[in-house]
Amino acid sequence: MDIEAIALLQDPVRRRLYEFVAGAGADVDRNEGSAAAGISRTLAAFHLDKLVEGGLLDAVFRRPEGRAGPGAGRPAKYYRRSEGEFAASVPPRDYRGVASLLAETVAEAGLDEQAVEAAREAGRAGERVPLVEALRARGYVPLEKDGEVRLLNCPFHTLAEEFPPLVCAMNLALLEGLADGTPWTARMAPGAGRCCVALSKTNEL
Amino acid sequence: MQIAVVNVARALAPTDSPVLAAFMAGLEPVNALADSSPGFVWRLVDESGEDATSLRPYEDDLMMINLATWESVESLFDFTYRTAHLEFLRRRREWFEHLGEPAVALWWVPDGHRPTPEEAVSRLEHLRAHGPSPEAFTFRDRCPAPSPRISVS
Repeated sequence: MDIEAIALLQDPVRRRLYEFVAGAGADVDRNEGSAAAGISRTLAAFHLDKLVEGGLLDAVFRRPEGRAGPGAGRPAKYYRRSEGEFAASVPPRDYRGVASLLAETVAEAGLDEQAVEAAREAGRAGERVPLVEALRARGYVPLEKDGEVRLLNCPFHTLAEEFPPLVCAMNLALLEGLADGTPWTARMAPGAGRCCVALSKTNEL
Repeated sequence: MQIAVVNVARALAPTDSPVLAAFMAGLEPVNALADSSPGFVWRLVDESGEDATSLRPYEDDLMMINLATWESVESLFDFTYRTAHLEFLRRRREWFEHLGEPAVALWWVPDGHRPTPEEAVSRLEHLRAHGPSPEAFTFRDRCPAPSPRISVS
């Protein structure tokens, strides 16, 4: 049940752990989790495993980076955000279903360019707040590193899997609109398991 | 089984016109990316040996074809939509018409089979006439590979 998975996040410590793992950009072990949440390693492991049970995180076992071969020790347990998607609406609403129908209609009618322009305008119309804040508010989970912002979440994931050229192009335009007037430039940087857009600092500004 | 994919597209202008220049220039790196992507098996090439841009599957000087086989639908999907190929795809309206009917069809082929353009066109026509089925389907309505095993239950 989606609502049970979501309810796991009601506990503030667990929620902090979840957000830390989802925004880390790499697998996280219980030591990192305990440091991030300011709790003991045992308690961190307990909560992380609860999140795995609920389907919000996946646990993977592997050797720590840089250690291999005999004497490398036992594989350690790492956590990462699961591929699952959880939603709950009271009363029931189905915006995803209607979004899929609309996307299909747009794709079949060849209205890609109009949809892309609408997305760009929606991005431009966004409130003028620092870019990383604006990205967070829209669910992107930005990770800033070496003058570049990678987006660890695609807020349109399911739809982007169904209609990749249309939805990814709209997403790029939305982000270009959001970055308009900031020192950032959005570009396509597709890769499996993350958003297809990255942002880099423009040098001349 | 391997997955075959055909894509037809009607260019806005001949391949040697300035309209298609950016598309033609981008082909080599995109094809090289395909060739080195996990799961890639084979793609159709014309006499140039480089790409299929001189082939015309219909009696139409602007209608082009792209035909390939891959190990799995997933590897094909990841190359098509999760690599630099996506940027190429995003710009397709700069170079190609909107056809208003399916332009891509997938179907399963025995390992090593290299479909001909005629076979590919007939699969695409089947999809257009009958919708997705094991004969010809789409990324959105995938059909599993036929299993050679006999069910015992």
